[in-house]
Amino acid sequence: MTVAFDYTRSTGPVIGRFLTGLRDATIVGGRLADGRVAVPPPEFDPVSHQAVTEFVELPDTGTVTSWTWVSEPVAGQPFERPFAWALITVDGAGTPWLHAVDVASPDDIETGMRVRARWSEERTGSVNDLVFEPDTGDRAVAQTPAAGDDVSRIVTPVGLDYHYAASPEESSFFRGLAEGRILGQRCPKCRKVYVPPRGACPTDGVPTAEEVELSQVGTVTTFCIVNVPFLGQKIKPPYVSAYVLLDGADIALQHLILDIPAEEVRMGMRVEAVWKPREEWGTSIENISHFAPADEPDADFDSYKHHL
Amino acid sequence: MRDVAVVGFAQRQMKDFDGSPSMAELLVPILAECYEQTGWAKKDIGFWCSGSSDYLAGRSFSFVSAIDAIGVLPPVNESHVEMDAAWALYEAWLKIQTGEVDTALVFGFGKASAGVLRRTLTLQLDPYTMTPLWPDTVSLAALQARLGLDAGLWDEAALAEVVNRSLTDAEKNEYAVRAGGSSVGELLARPMFADPLRKHDCAPVTDGAAAIVLAAGDRAYDANQRPAWITGIAHSSDGLHLGTRDLTISGSAERAAAAVGGTAGVQVAELHAPFSHQELVLRSALGLADDVAVSPSGGALAANPMFSAGAIRIGEAAKRIWDGSADKVLGHATSGPALQQNLVCVMEGRN
Repeated sequence: MTVAFDYTRSTGPVIGRFLTGLRDATIVGGRLADGRVAVPPPEFDPVSHQAVTEFVELPDTGTVTSWTWVSEPVAGQPFERPFAWALITVDGAGTPWLHAVDVASPDDIETGMRVRARWSEERTGSVNDLVFEPDTGDRAVAQTPAAGDDVSRIVTPVGLDYHYAASPEESSFFRGLAEGRILGQRCPKCRKVYVPPRGACPTDGVPTAEEVELSQVGTVTTFCIVNVPFLGQKIKPPYVSAYVLLDGADIALQHLILDIPAEEVRMGMRVEAVWKPREEWGTSIENISHFAPADEPDADFDSYKHHL
Repeated sequence: MRDVAVVGFAQRQMKDFDGSPSMAELLVPILAECYEQTGWAKKDIGFWCSGSSDYLAGRSFSFVSAIDAIGVLPPVNESHVEMDAAWALYEAWLKIQTGEVDTALVFGFGKASAGVLRRTLTLQLDPYTMTPLWPDTVSLAALQARLGLDAGLWDEAALAEVVNRSLTDAEKNEYAVRAGGSSVGELLARPMFADPLRKHDCAPVTDGAAAIVLAAGDRAYDANQRPAWITGIAHSSDGLHLGTRDLTISGSAERAAAAVGGTAGVQVAELHAPFSHQELVLRSALGLADDVAVSPSGGALAANPMFSAGAIRIGEAAKRIWDGSADKVLGHATSGPALQQNLVCVMEGRN
């Protein structure tokens, strides 16, 4: 499973000045209270906590202060092949900057080595507008500063991949769905039936154990009408998402209510599971397409008032 | 100040937890063990505080699912920190100081194996100037290690000695996921992973959880014959910008140690050093004497479950008070890149 989000961040005047510099192929530092120049410039001095207000344009060359070799790069790093990270003290700066150095092997980098920036052709105002490379003294391409407004906003995409394992309780639930059954489990202390089953009864803090097969019919305890479109939406709004208290369960299950106009859905309405065609089943709650009205009178409020 | 002691401790550490990232099913037996040690039940706990992270679990409000393990009817007095449970312990200690409660149970949990841990931890860095490059935490520690090597503060043999001692000690720890000493020479013959660090210099990715019980005054003696009285607890943090820190020292660990009145007389120090060179940085920052037994549990190089490894250091140190083998011990926890944040907890036994 991948969880991803593009964070939009305003930069403020200090980081904005730094990133505007990078967009224009210039390294900009900020002067600290002790007189040293820091790259990147912090918004506030780390010792005196005074605002950093004086900026200094620096050359795009520097010296490796420390380095390491990335033998197994991870997604998003500047290179997909092994490369070096270094703490680089830019000429004129008093603090080192973490960045990547393009060398072919760990034998090609050492502390004290001279490096220079290699700027991207298309720069956006990001630390990814450059990498460093060994400074051989002969620079081939002169940089043309990009024109444009100062950088005041950046978009930082973040994506993380996860491998999920199901707990034993979740496994039995998902295996049941693959057989067209809805399985819950009963807490040995309070006797309540949870669906999906849980690793621990939230009332008593003990694992649920005894398996209970639940009815495919239940009662809408509460619901909402979804009117807001969102990315990845599969059904055209308006539609209803509801809590369905299956007969025999003590905890409602969230699912869709379809085959009825949204405005006619109501608390107490009796509904039943509508399964997808068997050939589409997997081990997921999506085996149940939705719940549809059952041909039964509405349930009394008293019958579900303790399950809201 | 109220006298507060560590009176209960349970842990699980493993390479790969075969269950959900909310870990409620792992916490149930851990809490049961705390009840058994103290003779208490849920109703005897005045305050609950957990440490965990949604980034590790890959789902929102994962700590709420974990609360299932407590069983919250009637409702419990509860809080959470997005930090190691050692900081949850700090919050619980403060809560007891307010006089509102006399007892607390803190727990931490994390299933690091669900994602790529060294990449996930990139999200704790400065989001403007660092995260877009995705610098992994192992690389950041390696940059720190080389600074010390180049400055002559330690050499590769010193790192291997830390590893050898840790993995030898870990042979006696049933929860170690990496154990087995060899020799400095054999360790140095192994290949580099993040030059100058080898894989054994870096804590293993570990799943796990732990819980600690705190009690004030006479309540502590209800639960434990020889409570580990907290005589000093403090934490401190260094700045966000890696470049403006001197990575060969730990200013925040020094400040935390100073705030607890120093470490004179400490016999056992359980240090949370996820990388071998960081133990050397911490020894110096905390001002530990040469004869202090460092991390006899095997420490973080043997197992390092995110969000509980720091609390486990406190629990392991407390056990040395309980069994009478030490009179003054120190538990330390770290968080953030390259020892950015540090917490020190000094505990003493009373005879």
